[in-house]
Amino acid sequence: MASLLFYLLAATALLATLLCITRRSPVHAVIFLINAFFALALMFYLLGAPLIAAWEVIVYAGAIMVLFLFVIMTLELSPDSQRPALSRGQWAPALLLFLLLLVSAGLILTFDPASQASVPLFYASPRSFGAALFDRYGLAVEIVSFQLLFAAAGAYYLGRRRKAHQAEESS
Amino acid sequence: MIVPLNHILLVAAALFFMGLSCTLVRRNLVMILIGVEIMLNAAGLVLVAGSAFWQQLDGQLMVMLIMAVTAAEVAVALAMVVYLHGRTGTIDVNTFKDMQG
Repeated sequence: MASLLFYLLAATALLATLLCITRRSPVHAVIFLINAFFALALMFYLLGAPLIAAWEVIVYAGAIMVLFLFVIMTLELSPDSQRPALSRGQWAPALLLFLLLLVSAGLILTFDPASQASVPLFYASPRSFGAALFDRYGLAVEIVSFQLLFAAAGAYYLGRRRKAHQAEESS
Repeated sequence: MIVPLNHILLVAAALFFMGLSCTLVRRNLVMILIGVEIMLNAAGLVLVAGSAFWQQLDGQLMVMLIMAVTAAEVAVALAMVVYLHGRTGTIDVNTFKDMQG
């Protein structure tokens, strides 16, 4: 039952992502991506990561994608009028990577016996997650918090400078 | 869980490839950032699957750090998108191919 649910969610995530990357309008793309993130969050839950699943919904779908929507609406972006350029120089690397993906998928499916084994049942409670995080990765938490602070300062700086620029032009 | 690890790896690889092709092919800055998001989520799926497979918490901790890094990256990148749109009135990356430095 759980495996059937997993395959359904995987199909949902793949389909939503495919629709996302082919949309002309960035708003539609973001909505499809939020759909894919919900499916991914449930996959995380099935793989024994309830806290990560909650954060996927809260942080990714709730905060980051809404930030994307805000920017798209602020800039009043219109859908791409022209089709993506079909020049060979741009498609060649994508095709090469697709071939690499096919080859590696075939290798995974045929040769590697270790990965044929089922993923065992696993459940990481938020309590053990927090204990492991602050026991072993306390320094990483501090560095990440500094990084968020710097990012906030950088975003604030970029936003302010543009207003000053416009004020200069209009005066 | 009855799902074999390689099926999860295949799903994650397909997601990663879709994000990569979105980043490479689209000429819209917002769509390029969306492609980066898709790739980061595919990496997170691999980490959570590995965490469950080896019964270790480290993969999930890494996903949490990735989420924080992504939030920082998106904040700066979208501020830059707004800034570039304010300067040139477009977010087509072909406009910025003459940039230096």
